[in-house]
Amino acid sequence: MTLLFYLAGAVAIVATLLAITRRHAVHALLYLIVSLLAVAATFYALGAPFVAALEIMVYAGAIMVLFVFVVMMLNISDHAMEVERGWLKPRNWFGPAILAAVLLAEVIVCIATSPASSSITGAVAPKQVGASLFEGYWIGVELASLLLMAGLVGAFHLGRHAIAGEEKQHVLNTDAARVNSRSDLVHAGARGTSHAA
Amino acid sequence: MLTLAAILFTLGLAGLLTRRNLIFTLMSIEIMLNAAGLAFIAAGSRWGHADGQIMFLFILAMAAAEVSVGLAFVLLYHKRQQGLDVDAASELRG
Repeated sequence: MTLLFYLAGAVAIVATLLAITRRHAVHALLYLIVSLLAVAATFYALGAPFVAALEIMVYAGAIMVLFVFVVMMLNISDHAMEVERGWLKPRNWFGPAILAAVLLAEVIVCIATSPASSSITGAVAPKQVGASLFEGYWIGVELASLLLMAGLVGAFHLGRHAIAGEEKQHVLNTDAARVNSRSDLVHAGARGTSHAA
Repeated sequence: MLTLAAILFTLGLAGLLTRRNLIFTLMSIEIMLNAAGLAFIAAGSRWGHADGQIMFLFILAMAAAEVSVGLAFVLLYHKRQQGLDVDAASELRG
């Protein structure tokens, strides 16, 4: 189990590092999915199989599929790749990377010097999680449902705004047949997002 | 395992500070939320409590809501600005 944990942790770190340095959004998304799967394996090694399954289903499944849909709808072209190459110059990422590395070193020193760390005690069964979730944390469940509802309404509002603006533009456009194919894509994307939320 | 969570969080933070593409910004936020969830799971496993996993469930719900709103905003923003530069987003109004 310990070997599994360290292996999955190394895979997660490498995949995340590759994900934040890729220029193409789709490549970065694929690496991010690998990273999430590795984190799910880490959860399994830590004795949380229920959460590992949820991680694969919700994160690597639903959220990443949303990302992939949006990337496909935005139609990232070669020009965007060139722009991204310009943004990824070393002098742009050197300062933030150094600052983040300093913070990471501090945290690691704090963790390493604190007593009684890093021992995997025991698995927590899904039954125990469910019982505790609906006994002690029922208000949290209700708040989570409210939050998801708010997210749904917010996404729908943003999407509807885009659709309304598009219809106005469409009316203003005298040549009705010459509808821009790209704005049509955005229209469909807004609908897809609010639906998937 | 807390070290792993810290490393993942720092990678997400570096990505958030470095990239100027809105999609990469959202992805970095996802990485950071995931790292926070990993820290919760590690703590829950350390003391054998279910509370860590419950907190992860709440983080999961929050991330799902956040990413849906964020991606809807990205679509709207791309339609208006013809690009995904975060720096141009400092001129948002209304």
